[in-house]
Amino acid sequence: MTKWLETQVPKLVLAPSFVAILVFVYGFIGWTAWVSLTRSKLMPRYDFDGFGQYAKLFSTPRWDTAITNLGIYGVLFIAISMALGLLLAILLDQQIRVEGAIRTIYLYPMALSMIVTGTAWKWILNPGLGLEAMVRGWGFEDFTFNWLVDPNMAIYTIVLAGVWQAAGFVMALFLAGLRSVDGEIIKAAQVDGIPHWRIYTAIIIPSMAPVFLSAFIVLAHLAIKSFDLVIALTGGGPGYATDLPATYMYAMAFSRGNLGQAASSAMVMMAVVFAIVVPYLYSELRAKND
Amino acid sequence: MTDLAYVSPRAGSRSTGQRLGRIALRWLLYLVLTLFALWFLMPLFVMLTTSLKSLDEIRTGSLIALPREVTFEPWLTAWGSACTGIQCEGLKPYLLNSLLIAIPGVALSTALGAINGYVFAQWRFRGANLLFSLLLFGCFIPFQVVLLPMARMLGLMGLAGTIPGLILVHTVYGIGFTTLFFRNYYVTIPQELVRAAKIDGAGFFRIFWSIFLPLSLPIVVVTVIWQFTQIWNDFLFGVSFSQAGTQPVTVALNNIVNSTTGVKAYNVDMAAAILAALPTLLVYVVAGKYFIRGLTAGSVKG
Repeated sequence: MTKWLETQVPKLVLAPSFVAILVFVYGFIGWTAWVSLTRSKLMPRYDFDGFGQYAKLFSTPRWDTAITNLGIYGVLFIAISMALGLLLAILLDQQIRVEGAIRTIYLYPMALSMIVTGTAWKWILNPGLGLEAMVRGWGFEDFTFNWLVDPNMAIYTIVLAGVWQAAGFVMALFLAGLRSVDGEIIKAAQVDGIPHWRIYTAIIIPSMAPVFLSAFIVLAHLAIKSFDLVIALTGGGPGYATDLPATYMYAMAFSRGNLGQAASSAMVMMAVVFAIVVPYLYSELRAKND
Repeated sequence: MTDLAYVSPRAGSRSTGQRLGRIALRWLLYLVLTLFALWFLMPLFVMLTTSLKSLDEIRTGSLIALPREVTFEPWLTAWGSACTGIQCEGLKPYLLNSLLIAIPGVALSTALGAINGYVFAQWRFRGANLLFSLLLFGCFIPFQVVLLPMARMLGLMGLAGTIPGLILVHTVYGIGFTTLFFRNYYVTIPQELVRAAKIDGAGFFRIFWSIFLPLSLPIVVVTVIWQFTQIWNDFLFGVSFSQAGTQPVTVALNNIVNSTTGVKAYNVDMAAAILAALPTLLVYVVAGKYFIRGLTAGSVKG
């Protein structure tokens, strides 16, 4: 008996965490999925009603805006962060004397809460006293920079703040990738007289494909979950011009009291995340087992 | 990758013009790097200077000007009397809340992650891979998908709007990452070590306690920093599962900034933002190496 118990110890140790994950992750996803198929309003109802909530969701203009914004924000945020991160990593890879200090400066935003980032940029971008007023104060009286309050441009302020926060992190990822490229190949290329920039474009960057992939996954994940930044920077406004799926879901869940809409929008978010992450995780896990 | 910048073939035959071009390029490189550094530092600089100005000076002066007259009044207000809605106690009680949430949350999720990671790395059993994958997927879900049932669950458990409730939430959703960190660290410890210890009669816990734990300091530091940053900076759980007296500092900061009563006190907002950011910034400055390791470990899986 004790012998048997001994062999079971590892499983018993895992049991609490596993049960917690089973309930709090998978059980909860199941609950949300079920509620998204009902007519729940303020209180959850459990009688099956088909895909009505999803039909309603996709015919709601506000959700339309949220999805469009996620597209704009996601594409720009990921593309600019990656481009900037790569550029900074390559620049820092040139035997810079104070590399450590510069890296520290580039990366510190990642230690901040998105709420702090949003608060700071909200102040900087406010037209009345921020950047706009500053440039006008320099004598450019007609200068306007009011993206924060312009419904058509406000989403780009979120891109700006998001990139500011994440670019240093992408740089750190790429820098680690650059440094792990086989030095022998690079030396051989140098001996052959291949120009500096060609070594990057033809040898180093192509061999960093896995780093690109993981940077993309992390950024995409960050983009879809973006909630705090929007709340702090624009509050979803003006109107709901900067709503993202995350803020839409929150509004439905906690201020509109519309559980069915909240649940279905959450499920759509999860579908988007999984469409990106599952193939990646699958290939990672398989590569490890091989 | 080394000496890419300096080593060049036929270095001896370079003309003066080429050398001058090289120096100019080097200057340009440093210039660009400095400009980016300024861009990254600008918001922090603006926050700090704004927090030290009076409202009058903010209205009349430029965004990036240094304060003509330094005042610490905004800091005192942010600390002790700024309004987060109807209450006006400043950020102080909420900083305490965040600590009360973060410390147990970090301790619990790190401890569970360590023991789980130890099992996954060294005591593999049938089905362990599947369990690990299930745990890993849990790291990636958008938390919106668990928000509604979690609110109900906390209500059923009598933990709605309480600090223990938030500790529970952060612990549960932290386990995935902490387990991953420890597992990836412990797989590098040779299995022969465990086998030898078993032959000597040591059991599961004894091996963990006297072999693995003493080796774990670096990964404990990485995990603690990761979890502390995550929990301290969390807003979604905080705003969803807290009530008036139990809000974490991120929620309180957002309330101060967006409180509509009275004159907008930008200097107080900025002081409050710095106060809220200070603990994680401090951790970053003191232990940046471990912070970065956590970030990259959290993104480059496996």
